Amino acid sequence: MPDLGLEVLWKGKNAARLLGGLWTALRISLISVAISIPLGILLGVLMTRKNRVVRALLRFYLEFIRIMPQMVLLFLAYFGTTRAFGWNLTGETSSIIVFTLWGTAEMSDLVRGALISIPKHQYESSEALGLSKAQTYWYIIIPQTIRRLLPLSINLITRMIKTTSLILMIGVVEMLKVAQQIIEANRTASPNAAFGVYLTVFLLYFIACWPISLLAKHLEQKWR
Amino acid sequence: MKNLKKILALVLALMMIAALAACGTQGQTNDGDTTVYRTLDEIKESGTINIGVFSDKNPFGYVDENGEYQGYDVYFANRIGEDLGVKVNFVSTEAANRIEYLQTGKVDIILANFTVTPERAEEVDFALPYMNVALGVVSPDSRVIESLDNWDANDEMIVISGTTAETYLIQNYPDIKLQKYDTYANAKNAMENGNGAAWANDNTEVIAFALQNAGYTVGIPSLGSKDTIAPAVSQGNETLLNWLNEEIVALGEENFFHADYEATLVDTYGMEYEDSLVVEGGVTE
Repeated sequence: MPDLGLEVLWKGKNAARLLGGLWTALRISLISVAISIPLGILLGVLMTRKNRVVRALLRFYLEFIRIMPQMVLLFLAYFGTTRAFGWNLTGETSSIIVFTLWGTAEMSDLVRGALISIPKHQYESSEALGLSKAQTYWYIIIPQTIRRLLPLSINLITRMIKTTSLILMIGVVEMLKVAQQIIEANRTASPNAAFGVYLTVFLLYFIACWPISLLAKHLEQKWR
Repeated sequence: MKNLKKILALVLALMMIAALAACGTQGQTNDGDTTVYRTLDEIKESGTINIGVFSDKNPFGYVDENGEYQGYDVYFANRIGEDLGVKVNFVSTEAANRIEYLQTGKVDIILANFTVTPERAEEVDFALPYMNVALGVVSPDSRVIESLDNWDANDEMIVISGTTAETYLIQNYPDIKLQKYDTYANAKNAMENGNGAAWANDNTEVIAFALQNAGYTVGIPSLGSKDTIAPAVSQGNETLLNWLNEEIVALGEENFFHADYEATLVDTYGMEYEDSLVVEGGVTE
């Protein structure tokens, strides 16, 4: 077996630090996910409304967030707000804001897509049954939409977890940064540590994202 | 349902404003009448100084296996905190965002192996220097290269892509064939396998390499322009800058940076280079 320099992980608190970094990454992404999913659903429903102004505004918001690289958004939230308004947001708060704005935008588009994929006759049939608009959404449309949304939103959530690797640029010490710190601290003693440490980081991201995929699979089967 | 719509519209409007505001800040320069930085008195009053350091640049600024910041820059930062009577809050910075941190006042001082250049001096204020840097060339003992002037056309020079060594050689010695590697580890392997005649890098790097690997000598310890490394503060932060300069001069009297070198750098660079790397009291030759 090639020398992967894995011994650096057992020096001092290195393993605990790496896990701490993973927790930072997960905390930021999961808080953002928890806020963006309900907001995204609301905006997604609004996007299917006939009101042109609302639709144009939402479209603009979605495209703006989508076109901007996340890195730029992070710099705007962290450094930009200080320059423009003198707000002194911490790196973590800025990350949560950016990830929430991004997650909400992407989620709203997924919801919109899922909603318009529900055939018109579903709406018409419920109207014929005398259900109100709210009842139609609650009992007929939303359950079907959620089933369609599930795989797409899981994809979004895992994407959000992985993208936290960018937040080291605004001073948040997450898993990737801890990995770089460990590699560099042992650069001369174990020059091959980069392989072992990055492999560990890969495994930890996998372990973090895999249960989410499993849960989605389980739910998909349950709601079939 | 009507109320819900109104609330939604409000939430939406707020988000749009936030997005637009964020958009508007792009490219805006730091010319507001509010100062971004904290003066010396404000720092003392708050009880904490924010110092931006590298967290992955051994042995200047790095985090050890217990999660503590260590290194040459950090040793100095801790002394600054001690002499100001405040706690030091270390902020992990990257090479690419050091200036931004000062321009937004998110740190009070950058002590991250910051080389003084004219371009940077237009955006931040440098204090007196505390270290020298230049390029260096290391080669095997069997054939030590002491000058680049009579370079054998068959020989290749090992460099790491994107370093100052690469730029310097391309500009000043275009005839030297370069062998480029992306990482330190690959360049090191190439050197050990004898793929190149010599390896050019920051002199601190090649000195460390020669010291840790028997059979290699730094034939050219100082090449190219001699630069210095200095602390930097936000532009216009005179109270802090003056204090730092006085501090560096005062520390020179007790040979503080030599002590710093002996505590943090000697394992990597050896005693031989102490006087050429350390700048004491802000005085360069």
